[in-house]
Amino acid sequence: MSQSFEHLWRPLATAPLVWLVVTLGAYFLGRAMQRACKGSALVSPVLIAIILVATVVLATGTDYRTYFAGAQFINFLLGPATIALAIPLARNIRLVRENLHSIGLALLAGSVTSIVTGVGIVWLLGGSRTVALSIAPKAVTTPIAMAVSEQIGGIPALTAAFAIIGGIVAAMAGRQLLGQMRIHDGRAHGLAAGVAGSGVAAAQVSVQGNLAAAFAGLGIALNGALTALIIPLIIHLWC
Amino acid sequence: MLASLGLILLCQLIGEAVARGLGLPLPGPVLGLLLLLMLLLARDRFKLLALGPLGNAGVETAGKGLLSHLSLLFVPAGVGVVQELDLLASHGIAIILVLALSVVITLLATVLTFRLVSRLLRQQDAR
Repeated sequence: MSQSFEHLWRPLATAPLVWLVVTLGAYFLGRAMQRACKGSALVSPVLIAIILVATVVLATGTDYRTYFAGAQFINFLLGPATIALAIPLARNIRLVRENLHSIGLALLAGSVTSIVTGVGIVWLLGGSRTVALSIAPKAVTTPIAMAVSEQIGGIPALTAAFAIIGGIVAAMAGRQLLGQMRIHDGRAHGLAAGVAGSGVAAAQVSVQGNLAAAFAGLGIALNGALTALIIPLIIHLWC
Repeated sequence: MLASLGLILLCQLIGEAVARGLGLPLPGPVLGLLLLLMLLLARDRFKLLALGPLGNAGVETAGKGLLSHLSLLFVPAGVGVVQELDLLASHGIAIILVLALSVVITLLATVLTFRLVSRLLRQQDAR
């Protein structure tokens, strides 16, 4: 039995098909679980999917590179998806113009805070320089964060993990925290989710309505550009 | 649909090429995003440009398709943590603590700045 399974598994495990199906399946399972929990932000489809896929990869003794050779087709779409953020931005350009000063200053505050607190706390705890550099761009959407991380000497894979975990935290904490502070402004919720937690948190905030979704898109797009510009500057000053 | 995806990929390619070619400190995807944004804004101003993927909500439909399952696209990179299990096992709690603290402070900084500036501007307008 196990031998015939081996026969079947070996050639399949190195082909892209299996890993594409496993990734898609894990994601839809994660979504179904979130729906079963009435859309609770505490049940994150991304987190569930990552844990499920990582378990399969580890349990089958598969090399991450082998997995990624298949899953890269999904990963590749992150690039075009980032470009596509221009679409909600263009559609809501009027909103941006109307709130230009508040958005600009909130963005600057959020971006600098995220970099300085991330790097600062790692440094205070005595973490390594590589970890500090990898955590600096964590609030930016993953493809941009990974590109920035590579540029400044961090580990892109670690940055991706930080960005995703950070996004999950932002999605879980954001609504509860802001609700307790009696802040119900969709614009503020959306912008903060986009700036602090990029795509992962934005996906969660989109259920709150169009205004929140638009501002989350704004937050991701503008924060991506701004953080990519100021991180090399801050690192340059700091080193 | 295919032409729209092509346009998005073209913006990405130009962004990458310009970022690399000129040695800019900006990642390619950011430049690609800005390029598509300028194209869309130009189209909204000059109706003449509403051709092919830029007309008839073509690129909008393709973008919606890409963005509607945005969180799926993070999974392959996220599974990369299996390569960093040693680091996570030895410092996992510290890392989650750092991330949680940093994210919450960032959320607050963004929201409070946004509210403060909005309020100040409203007061100024009222005066």
